[in-house]
Amino acid sequence: MTALLQTIDLNKRFGGLRVTNNVNFELDEGEVHCLIGPNGAGKSTLFRLFLGEHSPSSGRILYAGEDITHLKPFQRIRKGISVKFQVPGIFAALSVRQNLTIALQHHLEGASLDEEIARLLEFLRLTASADMQAASLSHGQKQWLEIGMAISLKPRLLLLDEPTAGMSPDETYETGEMVRALNADGVTVLAVEHDMAFVRQIAQRVTVLHFGQIFAQGTVAEITANDAVAEIYFGHVDHDD
Amino acid sequence: MLAKANKLLNGPQTIGRGPAFWTGFVIVVLAAAAYPSFTDGWTVGNTVYFFNWIFMALGLSLIWGYGGALSFGQTAFFGLAGYAYGILTLNYGSDYGFTILAVVIAVAISAVFAAVLGYFLFFGRISGVFLGIVTLSVTLVFERFMAQTAGPEWRIGDARLNGFNGMTGMPPLTIPWFGGDIVLFPDVQLYYVILALLVVVYLGLRILVNSRFGNVLVAIRENPERAEMLGYDVRKYQLIAFIIGSSLAGLSGVLYTSWGQYITPSSMGLTAAALPVVWVAVGGRSDLTATLVGTFAVLSVFQTLTIYGSQYALVVMGALLVVVVLFAPQGLIPGIAGLSRRLRGAR
Repeated sequence: MTALLQTIDLNKRFGGLRVTNNVNFELDEGEVHCLIGPNGAGKSTLFRLFLGEHSPSSGRILYAGEDITHLKPFQRIRKGISVKFQVPGIFAALSVRQNLTIALQHHLEGASLDEEIARLLEFLRLTASADMQAASLSHGQKQWLEIGMAISLKPRLLLLDEPTAGMSPDETYETGEMVRALNADGVTVLAVEHDMAFVRQIAQRVTVLHFGQIFAQGTVAEITANDAVAEIYFGHVDHDD
Repeated sequence: MLAKANKLLNGPQTIGRGPAFWTGFVIVVLAAAAYPSFTDGWTVGNTVYFFNWIFMALGLSLIWGYGGALSFGQTAFFGLAGYAYGILTLNYGSDYGFTILAVVIAVAISAVFAAVLGYFLFFGRISGVFLGIVTLSVTLVFERFMAQTAGPEWRIGDARLNGFNGMTGMPPLTIPWFGGDIVLFPDVQLYYVILALLVVVYLGLRILVNSRFGNVLVAIRENPERAEMLGYDVRKYQLIAFIIGSSLAGLSGVLYTSWGQYITPSSMGLTAAALPVVWVAVGGRSDLTATLVGTFAVLSVFQTLTIYGSQYALVVMGALLVVVVLFAPQGLIPGIAGLSRRLRGAR
């Protein structure tokens, strides 16, 4: 397998604080990969470096073999990266349909646009809410709408920042199924996530960040069996299973 | 083609859709067209004065109401184009329809200036209150500069800039015609020209805000980060909206100058700069129709107050803005629409 996203000696400092510390990370094409770690481990910063919202202090970021370190966020999006933020990033005053239209109008118009909107609404379980103002959706529905907008771009790589934050267990499970369906269609997924049940549901590989460095990497089973990981998460090793 | 235009005229970014709205629209336009037959020349000319300002208000609605970028200095473009029209026509006269060319050149000058200023603003990622401060500063700098041009050395060709006394004597708009030019003094003929221009600009902007461009513009207003993360270069869209809106401010400036054959630095001063913001906020900034109707209504009320209440007019205008911001933050017309919806829903 070839790496779709790769960082080489990536560093990010805020003043004296090294939030990303020599990270050499590889994301394989076609996988669902979760990024976990305690609060302050540097997950969000790494995410923003991938998106171009932060620029690194040193090091490089490669996407599909191309150096994207200095590209602006919208230029990275146009190369096939898409993102869903932690706080639902939707256009609140506009209708659900308008939200999706704005995401889809890059490559569709007229009847094929309407068809794709209908298909997406179905996939997102939002058909009944199509003409409602996005602000009036439930929290979980807003998250789904944003996932819908993110996948409207037909991304090769989908970045998810805590996609299930604030969701009920049922909504979380449904979201997991959406992610698996997308992955089955060939989308590579990188998710920052806290919820270990969700990680078990979707992830093929997991990377643990700690103090801005890669602390451990492996399958979900390997990571959950890793005493050192439990140590940084809970401060002690708990062998009750 | 026609179906597409129809769809864009009735898109989601404009309130007022469907047969009922367009029937009302036709009635209003016909009534406006018949209006001069029922009143005197002075009133008609005065109505043109109101129309002149609406272009600037529509432009601000596009930049602020749709694009989410509050420019407090649209009067800079108003004044720039107004003075440009004066300088051009005082030097080259009005023969062979030159005034029309002067309008085009003056508006183009304001567009170019908007492109340069907007480039630094938007590509410099200046937003929110700072955008308002910078644009206000620009218009105040223009005002101060023009105010000190009273001396005879401040002239461009035959055009004296004339400091605070203002520039006068430029010709009104003239249309070249067989058997002699038509001179558009503030009367019935000018009224029809400006009314037609207003209808064209209004419909054109309706199409623009409901187009793919307009979709992105409101997306940026709602959530610029999300818009960028859908692959849109936010800065470019904001810049284009700023150029179009500022060109309309320039158009207002030219029309005002040719209407009164007069422009002064105070047209770019603090009070002047605040007024378009008031009109657009009071009417309803995020809709073109609300802006148009609101601006016309506020201007009419303001003038009536000025005639009967003289110095209290500005105080009342300020109070009106405060009341609207408190009770109908989206503007009077969307506020009334929302209230009537709620009343109907309550029954």
